Amino acid sequence: MQITINGNSRNFESNEMTIAGLILALELAGKRLAIEHNGEIVPRSQFDAVMLQNGDQLEIVGAVGGG
Amino acid sequence: MDNLIIAGKPYHSRLLVGTGKYKDFVQTRAAIDASGAQIVTVAIRRTNIGQTAGEPSLLEYLPPEEFTYLPNTAGCYSADDAVRTLRLARELLNGHSLVKLEVLGDPRTLYPNVTETIAAAKVLVKEGFDVMVYTSDDPIIAKQLEDIGCSAVMPLASLIGSGMGILNPWNLQIIIENAKIPVLVDAGVGTASDAAIAMELGCQGILMNTAIASANNPILMASAMKKAVEAGREAYLAGRMAKKLYGAAPSSPITGLID
Repeated sequence: MQITINGNSRNFESNEMTIAGLILALELAGKRLAIEHNGEIVPRSQFDAVMLQNGDQLEIVGAVGGG
Repeated sequence: MDNLIIAGKPYHSRLLVGTGKYKDFVQTRAAIDASGAQIVTVAIRRTNIGQTAGEPSLLEYLPPEEFTYLPNTAGCYSADDAVRTLRLARELLNGHSLVKLEVLGDPRTLYPNVTETIAAAKVLVKEGFDVMVYTSDDPIIAKQLEDIGCSAVMPLASLIGSGMGILNPWNLQIIIENAKIPVLVDAGVGTASDAAIAMELGCQGILMNTAIASANNPILMASAMKKAVEAGREAYLAGRMAKKLYGAAPSSPITGLID
């Protein structure tokens, strides 16, 4: 399936993936992140529960240095 | 204890600092330690996918348990973008409600867009955020932001990153006199004397980034800013002497002079 992450399109072999699975696939496990899935914020407690679908849009953000 | 109270929480440091523009995280941490700041601003940005494994993160150098994070909306040019950014920040920081709202008008001046700022502040306050709001030095807008329910109003001293100091002390004074919430100068401070002057005017605190990070020696400048903020605060509390064109009152006794 194809998922757009932070504005870039990516293809995944699996068609059955949760947000938690995606985080593992992207090697982001353990990072402090917040995720927006098709415009809706997904609470961390729901990462295991939300199944991704072809064409989904994700924003994955973190805290960086700034004024 | 002369604490800065924001959204009901006391802070002994009245200097809030940004975490951007430093050479590396080691320098960021050293400068923030030298500043004595307890509240540090952070930006919310897209995570670099594929380049993050093993890469150090700001959070390792500034543990959120040790500092109060102030996620900001720098780079947002609309109320919608600012609100979206801070909702993500709240999720990122486990329900943390203290935020810095900043909606910019254009990329050249980074001057605040006050109409969008007001629109965003209304939504954020309604959603339970404690909003510290960056704005122009317009006393009417500052009052409106207070009336909306913001926790602190933060007028600019001069443009972000300009280091031009306090361009309109009179407006700042009017804002301070009218406000029942803390007024902090945010943006424009260039060197220690600017910070001291802002505090002498009665500001409750100062937020800065570039003045420290872009100094030749950021760590030394952070220390200077800490002292300037403390000195300015003490001078404000002490109450300065009146300015007189002619003093006509020498500090030494006028009798007992040797003839």
